[in-house]
Amino acid sequence: MTIPIEMFNEEHELFRAQCRRFIESELAPNADAWETAKDFPDEVFRKVGAAGFFGIRVPEQYGGAGGDHLMASVWIEECSRAGSGGVVAGINMHGLIILPALAQLANEEQKQRFLVPGVRGEKIGALGLTEPGVGSDLFNCASIAKRDGDDWVLNGAKMFITNGCRADFVLVLCKTRPEDGHGGFSTLIVEKGMKGFDQGKRLEKLGWHASDTAELVFDNVRVPSANLMGQEGQGFYNAMANLEWERLMMALGSIAASQLVWDRTMEYVQTRQAFGRPIGRFQVNRHKMVDMATGIEAARQLNYHCLRLLLAGRPCLKEVSMAKIFACEVTDSVATTCLQLHGGYGYMKEYKVERFFRDARLNTIGGGTTEIMKEIIGKLIGL
Amino acid sequence: MKIIVILKQVPDSETKIKVKGDGSGIETDGIKYVISPYDEYAVEEALKLKEKAGGDSTVTVVSAGPDRTVESIRTALAMGADAAVHVNDPALEGADSLGVARALAKAIQDNGFDIIFAGKQGIDQDNSQVPSAVAELLDIPQVNIIAKFEITEDKSKATVSRRIEGGEETIETSLPALFGCEKGLNEPRYASLPGIMKAKKKPVKTVDLAGLGLDAGEVGAAGSHVKILKWIPLPERQAGKILQGMETAEASKELVRLLREEAKVI
Ligand SMILES: Cc1cc2nc3c(=O)[nH]c(=O)nc-3n(C[C@H](O)[C@H](O)[C@H](O)COP(=O)(O)OP(=O)(O)OC[C@H]3O[C@@H](n4cnc5c(N)ncnc54)[C@H](O)[C@@H]3O)c2cc1C
Repeated sequence: MTIPIEMFNEEHELFRAQCRRFIESELAPNADAWETAKDFPDEVFRKVGAAGFFGIRVPEQYGGAGGDHLMASVWIEECSRAGSGGVVAGINMHGLIILPALAQLANEEQKQRFLVPGVRGEKIGALGLTEPGVGSDLFNCASIAKRDGDDWVLNGAKMFITNGCRADFVLVLCKTRPEDGHGGFSTLIVEKGMKGFDQGKRLEKLGWHASDTAELVFDNVRVPSANLMGQEGQGFYNAMANLEWERLMMALGSIAASQLVWDRTMEYVQTRQAFGRPIGRFQVNRHKMVDMATGIEAARQLNYHCLRLLLAGRPCLKEVSMAKIFACEVTDSVATTCLQLHGGYGYMKEYKVERFFRDARLNTIGGGTTEIMKEIIGKLIGL
Repeated sequence: MKIIVILKQVPDSETKIKVKGDGSGIETDGIKYVISPYDEYAVEEALKLKEKAGGDSTVTVVSAGPDRTVESIRTALAMGADAAVHVNDPALEGADSLGVARALAKAIQDNGFDIIFAGKQGIDQDNSQVPSAVAELLDIPQVNIIAKFEITEDKSKATVSRRIEGGEETIETSLPALFGCEKGLNEPRYASLPGIMKAKKKPVKTVDLAGLGLDAGEVGAAGSHVKILKWIPLPERQAGKILQGMETAEASKELVRLLREEAKVI
């Protein structure tokens, strides 16, 4: 029996080359300017859309490509080359979280209104789960919508929302029947310009500078019932349904970025001299490079294992939670170590390690913290 | 319209090329191969023409090279070309431009053609020979290094421009004809994911020289008029010399002396 070693075939590699060409010619050259401006233009969404990269996981009938998780993984890995975690966050929140959610849960009329223009990058989406008062503990969210005639009247706030300021629409998780517990949540599509909907202003952050992260406030916003996404009462389950993939995405992206930084550091430690030799030739630094390479490889293989399970439709919550912890913690230490190996230059903006160091810090927090991952695994192993 | 694109697979320009120790060629291990960039303009122009001409127009890619060439052919199919002919024969390894052109011209003739696009040159050996030779062998007009392309409504004529020193040269030609494409002619599209997924199902016909009715002894390396005798790596860059601790006038003098006597460039 021969066991195939490579998961990615010729088609994936062809797609990878297209992704790389796009990212290296359309995104990477602007990364510095966008990071400095703490913004990137909406036009970038149109470009990604026009080149077809928003449609990876959207069925063809809505303008997408009908690709699977593996194709999306290729895109995610290549995104590390964009040189700005914030730009990637904005683009992939829209393309790999919002659009597949619409494809899965929205009704036909909503798909025409949000998914079809979304694939073209003409309408931009955001996801509103976290609130000022709750993040990990979404069950205790305070946003509430009450039925009034044909509308829902929404009150509450959402915090740290990626694409929040620019979003044309936000998928908002809220309680519609608080007395029904987990079955009392729904998802409303709140649109830009609805009365009482304040998209706030950009929050200042440690990293992800180019992305717009906002606090959204809903003050008696009347949301027409046509904007209820999925079934009433299913909101909590729907939000949880795709977390495995969302977490695996973070793990994949974080390891691809780590690899890139490791590669650059490898070059640096071979050329930078101290005490008459390249700094990589000191045993302590050589071991650092090896330890990082080992961590990256191990994390990558666990990620790929999860990807195989996901593709096979097998339950993999435990494995994905492990992968997210491991990949993001590896990335965190890669960021610290690579910066250290760059010495003073590592602390300077010019050398990009500094940006990676700031951007990578989010990984163990966003999409479910490391501690929450451990709680999930703890439950699954029966402790 | 039967639109043909001649395409060559070349090492990626970012690949570090190493010459083999014995000078017989380059190390092929670890080389990444891509479509020669000028050929991408040819593919794009062909696809644009197909979209414009409509009807039952087709774009067929014709390429000569070893097995790995299929990857580049698939990229062109993923961009939107309809079919391909892959001339694959070990005898072509080491063939000169004329030999390759003969093989391509025969494959194009067998397929049928109304118009042919090629890159103005392959970025590996920069010979710029094959397109002109193909046109000659097919006995059709050719214009190389075109930066603009237009075709008349009835598709009998094309107007193209070439950049020349200080201006632009506009040329009108009857069709069929062959055009060598230059940077700036268009912006090659990305192969879309649906395009990539469909590319696998598109027909790639593989033929060898015998299948084209050609004699390997004549067209292949054995019959080559041009032979590469030896590949020589670029000499290692020498360390520079810095003139220090001198007044400007003195340093200039010394610089001139070094340029004349040591570097022998003036
Ligand atoms: C840049 C950025 C972009 C974001 N984008 C979005 C977005 O687009 N949409 C969205 O909905 N959210 C977004 N978030 C929010 C993110 O998902 C949350 O920050 C994250 O889930 C953690 O929630 P919290 O910040 O409320 O932390 P808390 O839940 O308050 O946690 C604080 C600390 O307590 C720990 N903790 C909590 N519970 C436990 C426990 N049971 N056991 C042990 N430790 C525990 C946590 O691990 C953490 O260390 C974004 C965040 C950032 C920083």
